[in-house]
Amino acid sequence: MNKITNNKAWFLVLPVFFIVAISAIIPLMTVVNYSVQDIFDPQTRFFVGTEWFEQVLSDRRLHDALIRQIVYTMSVLLIEVPLGIAVALTLPRKGWGVSASMVLLALPLLIPWNVVGTIWQIFGRADIGLGGYLINLMGIDYNYAQNSMDAWLTVLVMDVWHWTSLIVLLCYAGLRSIPDAYYQAAKIDGASRWAVFRFIQLPKMQSVLVIGVLLRFMDSFMIYTEPFVLTGGGPGNATTFLSQFLTRMAVGQFDLGPAAAFSLVYFLIILLVCWVFYTVVMNAGKQGEQ
Amino acid sequence: MQFQKRHIGLLLYILFLLLPIYWLFNMSIKTNTEILGAMTLFPDNPTLANYATILTDPAWYTGYINSMIYVGINVVISLVVALPAAYAFSRFNFTGDKHLFFWLLTNRMAPPAVFLLPFFQLYSSVGLFDTHIAVALAHCLFNVPLAVWILEGFMSGIPKEIDETAYVDGYSFPRFFATIFIPLIRSGIGVTAFFCFMFSWVELLLARTLTSVEAKPIAATMTRTVSASGLDWGVLAAAGVLTIVPGALVIWFVRNYIAKGFAMGRV
Repeated sequence: MNKITNNKAWFLVLPVFFIVAISAIIPLMTVVNYSVQDIFDPQTRFFVGTEWFEQVLSDRRLHDALIRQIVYTMSVLLIEVPLGIAVALTLPRKGWGVSASMVLLALPLLIPWNVVGTIWQIFGRADIGLGGYLINLMGIDYNYAQNSMDAWLTVLVMDVWHWTSLIVLLCYAGLRSIPDAYYQAAKIDGASRWAVFRFIQLPKMQSVLVIGVLLRFMDSFMIYTEPFVLTGGGPGNATTFLSQFLTRMAVGQFDLGPAAAFSLVYFLIILLVCWVFYTVVMNAGKQGEQ
Repeated sequence: MQFQKRHIGLLLYILFLLLPIYWLFNMSIKTNTEILGAMTLFPDNPTLANYATILTDPAWYTGYINSMIYVGINVVISLVVALPAAYAFSRFNFTGDKHLFFWLLTNRMAPPAVFLLPFFQLYSSVGLFDTHIAVALAHCLFNVPLAVWILEGFMSGIPKEIDETAYVDGYSFPRFFATIFIPLIRSGIGVTAFFCFMFSWVELLLARTLTSVEAKPIAATMTRTVSASGLDWGVLAAAGVLTIVPGALVIWFVRNYIAKGFAMGRV
């Protein structure tokens, strides 16, 4: 659609601008402020320049948390995106099954995040939870509270349980927009199941998959509440991801300077990855059209 | 035969989704002795005592009311400010529009943990700490950009000729917007409200930090059972089930829009 150039449109955007400015710029300025100062009390403060940034960037524990975070986010994306597409392909196209599966699939998305943690905390316990009980019954020694690998896997399975539905619903929305004529043409041409997927279904899902992957990347990179409730970041540091680390530093130890410096680095990492991904995918899409 | 196999996969997946939720429900209607005693797939003596505890204790049920209030305020604020902005983005070019749009989206990318302390200080200093409005405003940080994003998608799907025809017919902008345009994007507004409800209802970190007593959300109240006299698993499970109910109701109302809405009007 070609749009009219009209700077009066700014008046329509002003309310959003103000409300987001209040809740984003002022706090962000505070964070920047903290990150370059050493604050003892409101009257006693020193400008320290980049000292906090240097300290944070060379912190071993932070490197570990960052690596854990990257491995975790990659695993989440690698499992949820293919699984989501696969489930979306199996969904019925018409009839009562559509509404029923929509409601059931969307259910995990509407559960408060700490309750998600609680559900899996209960479900995974060997003494009172069905999941943990069954796994132990199969002869596997499973205890998410003591074994780091079990804890990490439990957090991963919990995330798959919680968020794959988002990918499924997005892909399903994309699939629904494909006219029947496309499938009929493919049938006449004798296209294989794979060819239909690759050349008809996947391109139609592309724009929604970008939204899905971006949302999943951002949210899994910021994951806090669920592992906090489930494992509290332990055992050891096995499930201490970046947000957990940051919250512990800011609220637990009250190291405002380093915490603020770290916040900015954290924010920039997410921003950079999203921007690169978005630009690359959008450019690839444009080239594909030409 | 192919058809059959597909559906077995789907059923297994849905079973995987529902099993943990069923287990929570199952626990919520058991007594604590039975929970800790034996592994039973169905409760031997179903009891509603856990629910009675929650629904009669103000310390519990006010949590639900508080959550509802701030989620409601947030949905209203998000929609009211996002509607005109989304219209501007979908219809006009103006100085800095692309940058503004990306800047809005970056707020969706900011980890809430980053804003924890500044928010706390900001709202304390203006005397809004522990009020519903504070939580509602804080949640605007990620809900307003999302609302603008979704609504813009829906509005771009409405042909511009409709606007022009309305002006030719002598409609003023506010009258056109309220009586013609808004009814046209009804489903988009519904979907946006759904998303705002969803992200505000499930968020805990900010909601918990900005409240202490008066506006304490249910999610924060739930952590209470952990400290009080060991763990009251039955009541905890019942509280969990009750937090799922409002979400399930909302899904039921929008079930026919979900497929389109999740694509945010972009397919």
